[in-house]
Amino acid sequence: MDFITKLLAATIAMGTSLTYATLGEIYTEKTGILNLGMEGTMLMGALAGFATAMATANLYLALIVAMLIGGLLSTIHAFLCVTMRANQVVSGLAITMFGTGLANFLGQRLGPASNNYNLVGMNLPSKFDNIAIPFLKDIPILGAFFDVSVLTYALYFIIPFSWYYMYKTKYGLAIRAVGESPKTATAMGLSVPRLRYLYTIIGGMFAGLGGACLSLSFTPSWNDGMTGGKGWIVIALVIFATWNPGKAVIGTLVFGGITSLQFSLQAAGVKMVIPTQFLAFAPYLITFFTLSAMTILNQNRKGSYAAPSALGTSFAIDDK
Amino acid sequence: MRIVVEKRDNKSKSAAVLIPLASFAISLILGAFVLLASRSNPLQAYSAMLDGAFGNARRFQYTIVESIPLLMCGLGVGVAFRLKFWNIGAEGQYVWGAIGITWVMQFWKFLPVPMLLPIGLVVGMTLGAVWAGVPGFLKAQWSVDETLTTLMLNYVAIGLAEYLYISAWKAPLGNMGTPEFPREAWLPPVWGKIHSGLYIALAFVVLLWFLLYKTRWGFELNMIGKNPRAARYQGVSIKRNIVLAMLLSGAICGLAGSMNTAAIAHRLTKGVDGGYGFTGIIIAWMAGLNPFASILVAIVMAALTTGADALQIAMKLPESMGEVLQGLVLIPLLAGSIFVEHKLKVIKKEAV
Repeated sequence: MDFITKLLAATIAMGTSLTYATLGEIYTEKTGILNLGMEGTMLMGALAGFATAMATANLYLALIVAMLIGGLLSTIHAFLCVTMRANQVVSGLAITMFGTGLANFLGQRLGPASNNYNLVGMNLPSKFDNIAIPFLKDIPILGAFFDVSVLTYALYFIIPFSWYYMYKTKYGLAIRAVGESPKTATAMGLSVPRLRYLYTIIGGMFAGLGGACLSLSFTPSWNDGMTGGKGWIVIALVIFATWNPGKAVIGTLVFGGITSLQFSLQAAGVKMVIPTQFLAFAPYLITFFTLSAMTILNQNRKGSYAAPSALGTSFAIDDK
Repeated sequence: MRIVVEKRDNKSKSAAVLIPLASFAISLILGAFVLLASRSNPLQAYSAMLDGAFGNARRFQYTIVESIPLLMCGLGVGVAFRLKFWNIGAEGQYVWGAIGITWVMQFWKFLPVPMLLPIGLVVGMTLGAVWAGVPGFLKAQWSVDETLTTLMLNYVAIGLAEYLYISAWKAPLGNMGTPEFPREAWLPPVWGKIHSGLYIALAFVVLLWFLLYKTRWGFELNMIGKNPRAARYQGVSIKRNIVLAMLLSGAICGLAGSMNTAAIAHRLTKGVDGGYGFTGIIIAWMAGLNPFASILVAIVMAALTTGADALQIAMKLPESMGEVLQGLVLIPLLAGSIFVEHKLKVIKKEAV
């Protein structure tokens, strides 16, 4: 029992960062823009958050800066893909390359002079601590959901809201129209470029926030490449959630659980039957099979079940 | 007055040359701001990078060595990109190449030692081809999104390689990594640090140029990429060509991995997922899928990496400056790519 509660707590802590970024990528992909720059954007968010918190000791300001930086990086992606109709795959890789490089570079330049301008090895004055809700936290197993940081509590509202926004409001309808058929959306009087800009930037802000969750709460520190490929897991999680914000959390819990399981089992001294590396790549393999199976089983119902039809394609009104 | 973007009748040749040059200049200027912001002299930094990449014979050799796997991966993914198939799984295919050659070197003891290298290269190539062929087949048969499947499979390959060199195939002595390959089975050097992989890579440049520009098959691939409907009317099998192109694409990336392993690390070890596959995608795109142009682009990208290493030694600046500059080159280049096929047109006054 204790083991399961601890595992769940670890999963939630790790999943928080993933969930923010996954929600962001869902918003972006739903409008038809594939942003493979998540890894770089999350890392820049982690750096921006940490550096701000070091300089001002204000955690909320740190979150805002992380979101702004994430939004800024995605603005570049939106500009390249929407205005300049550049290739989305290459643009995303460029953002990841640039973001990762810049974050690692600045991480060794923005620190205090006493630490040779390095942020590595610095300790935050304060971090987002877990806040336990009396009584609720004592529920067996599920109590783990009520002893988490503010960042996680916020998700309890953001996830259902995102689902409602996407499927029950006219704004969500507009997003889906743009991602499914930009031509129809234009005919409906929607501005495809404006919506794509908007939700690519929002997606980047979520990614920045997801990165900041790592450096301000999960592992409160700065390290080179500290996102460690989480930005790529996010791309997998979006598929696993079938582009539905309401389901984002399921994949996050499953994948976060698999990762946490490695550490929990190691910590508990259990001899592993499955090598840890297999658990590490399991999320990707599961996603590969899920995506293939979903596509094969839904051959005749193209478009309605999963990926936005216009994902990855550029659009101009004069296109034929 | 307003400005509109209009499609050109023909691809602009001058834009195709000027835009990359301008992009490179812009990236150096933007990079200078990053350097200034971090209290360093940009001119000093850039000359240190140039010196680090090409300063003497040894450094020049390192840059060339670094460019070989980049060129191979760029050539490999370029084949799939011809038919607008987004193979972003080069990294995984490269890793399979490394696994393949290690498998042969370590376990195919029945082979005479001189046979280990050629057979190892072929096995690596084959595994790379299979790893790329699976998403190719899924796309051809059921149109499963290739960008996402190839991306996911990268991390499966990387995780598997890690398992092999950390536990299953680990050398009994020493730290991480499989046992070293027999010395006679290393890829022989041709000039200092430069190994004979250079010849293989250049041979592939010529081979692919011939295949893609001078044969019926190359013509078919181009047609599928540009206008799949017309290709189908002409009786070109799209399904078959997707699978074939992916097999070739994966084979080249796999060969890149087995070649580099036999030349440099001489075993499967940490760092096998060095990002050559991802940079290869960028190289193929920057070179406009042209095999000859890929050589130059691969050298420039390699020089940014080796130059940045020198930057760390000479000026104590983080080596990640290389990545910053690689990313910065791409941003104006991507923005400018529209002008190869489009032009700006100023409309003075609209009729009311």
